[in-house]
Amino acid sequence: MELAQFCSASRVVIVAGKGGVGKTTVTATLATAAARTGASVLIVEVEGKSGLASAFGCEPLEYADFEVAPGIRARTLTPDQALLEYLEDRGLRRFSRRLTHSGALDVVATAVPGMREILVLGKVKALERSGVADLILIDAPAAGHAIGFLMSPRGLTDAVRIGPVRAQAEDVIEMLSDPERCRVILVTLPEETPVNELVDTAYALEDRVGIKLGPIVVNGWFADAPEPSQPAARDAALVGLALEGDESARLDAAAAFRHERHLRQQAQVERLAQRLPLAQVQLPFLFHDIHRPQLETLADHLTGAVAAIPAGGAP
Amino acid sequence: MRLGAGPAPVAPLAAIVENRHVVVCCGTGGVGKTTTAAVFAIEAAKRGRNAVVVTIDPAKRLADTLGVDTLGHAVQEIDRRRWDPDGRAPRAGRLSAVMLDTETTFDGLVVRYAKDEEQVQRILENRFYRNIAGALSGTQEYMAMEKLHELHEDGGYDLIVVDTPPTRHALDFLDAPNRLIRLLDNRVFRLLMMPTRAYLRVASAAVQAFLRRVTKVVGAEVVDDVVAFFRAFEGMEQGFRDRAAAVEQLLGDPTTAFVLVTAARRDAVDEAEFFADRLAESGLGVAALVVNRMLPAFASEEAVPGLRARAASLRSAKIADERGAAAARRLASRYDDLADFAAFAARERSELAGVAARLDTDVVAYVAELPHDVHDFAALAEVARHLFAPPVSG
Repeated sequence: MELAQFCSASRVVIVAGKGGVGKTTVTATLATAAARTGASVLIVEVEGKSGLASAFGCEPLEYADFEVAPGIRARTLTPDQALLEYLEDRGLRRFSRRLTHSGALDVVATAVPGMREILVLGKVKALERSGVADLILIDAPAAGHAIGFLMSPRGLTDAVRIGPVRAQAEDVIEMLSDPERCRVILVTLPEETPVNELVDTAYALEDRVGIKLGPIVVNGWFADAPEPSQPAARDAALVGLALEGDESARLDAAAAFRHERHLRQQAQVERLAQRLPLAQVQLPFLFHDIHRPQLETLADHLTGAVAAIPAGGAP
Repeated sequence: MRLGAGPAPVAPLAAIVENRHVVVCCGTGGVGKTTTAAVFAIEAAKRGRNAVVVTIDPAKRLADTLGVDTLGHAVQEIDRRRWDPDGRAPRAGRLSAVMLDTETTFDGLVVRYAKDEEQVQRILENRFYRNIAGALSGTQEYMAMEKLHELHEDGGYDLIVVDTPPTRHALDFLDAPNRLIRLLDNRVFRLLMMPTRAYLRVASAAVQAFLRRVTKVVGAEVVDDVVAFFRAFEGMEQGFRDRAAAVEQLLGDPTTAFVLVTAARRDAVDEAEFFADRLAESGLGVAALVVNRMLPAFASEEAVPGLRARAASLRSAKIADERGAAAARRLASRYDDLADFAAFAARERSELAGVAARLDTDVVAYVAELPHDVHDFAALAEVARHLFAPPVSG
């Protein structure tokens, strides 16, 4: 599949996964890759985390979006911000202050579980409708919070029978269940527990939310050495190099570690493929903190991996 | 929130499991907090103490190992032959585990503070209450602390190890009780608890207008639920407040140790720094820092430039014969790998040393990345060897 096709399959892409699997890195990588195809990208950060600003080397994100890299804008959209905007848009500015100050907001939000999430997703829907960017990437909260986040509209329509919040929830459900408008990309590490949780999350999202899943991104991948390995001392002898002290032992130990890690990850990736019939995209483990050059490297890998997905396969 | 005692005295990990009464494992998600909590409890049992671990949402296989993957969520004592297969532990050593069940724990609190069975029923059946008990963020943290207090009061345990929920704001468990009490104490809604059915008639005009607005946005049913809840809850706030104060006192007690768990991973380290500051703000000391999943170094930091130079010269070397050229390529990527591992490990260790300094603790334990997930007692024992084998400081 071509990268451009991959990036334009739906306008909204929600990047979700368990804490610590690298959602933010994957979000930034997707943005970088999409921008290369000439698409305008908007990244929406819903938890107030600082990872994106650090990856792009920019100032902390704000409610107003700004450009973080050529073709890529980013902004925050926390539930509280979404609620204030929702009320202000309806001429209820003073009411919203009162709601916040009296603490009644917490009471109302508790009475209507999912209300905060609905307002965030409702705003995402408004952004999608306004055509603010070709691709809107949502860096979702950590799963199971992600399931809660995406399930919230369904839960809310059960609890609230009438009113504008319900209408909002219905609109959001419509967007989430339309694969032309919205997809979820799940991120995992090639390890046992994260893979198990990803499989559970995938089925929950498809069955209970009716959401379309894009390829799985497997992050932190240790590729095997490019060529079959043999003891360092033997290679050194072939090139006429004398290894000092315990150098050959160290070289062999590092290579063995990498190889062994690769095999273990390989087993998990195969297990994932058996349990979940979705294309996989592997992004390498990088020994470096993620900044712009690393994002470019990861975007190269993403482009290559996407090209390997059959065009007829799940986009 | 400010907790009573000053920073706890620094003690090595072994001293923590031997002497403390409560260990709270905190840290962000995905760093091995639950596993670490289990290892601490097992170690205490092996050293002859009656220990219990409160786990929160463990991976399924770890839950199976601890025997908490059953309905009911009662405290389960684990057969000693499983955690002490060699029979070396002192007879007094016992190990129990319980999985936190937020809703049941909350229901238990309601039962404890309600004045009669009728009040219990009215609250438990209220939809707004079910939302608080089941879905309100912070409730899980609050109930973890409540469970801790319950075990402290009734359990007769020497050591209680608590895992904390993997929230983004990972120290929510410090604030959760007070936040919930603020919710239960809400002024606007307390006005509604006046003893009349027609609440809209007696409430002030401002409150009425306010409620009409809320009703318009979320519907009358929801507002009715809320009003019914606050009515039903009347008279119980004080009990909840007292309980929260007792939990706060227990957390600030010098026999309580906070163990900060992190992984050698950029975001986890950042998060650990955030924790360090937050705990200090509350006047709480960190007894130890546990760093999971350290990648091996294989070479020293000083060796890195030399290794990179070797890789570069091997790549640029002009070797005519094909076998030699292939060997040079392989060797170059070996040198790069070795340099990568060494540089990575050096950077992580220096960042972690910075965290330890800010935590004002010199008890730092590193656990090497294991080649498999930690689910069974054998693997837990392997982690324990990293944590409790000498020397632990550094």
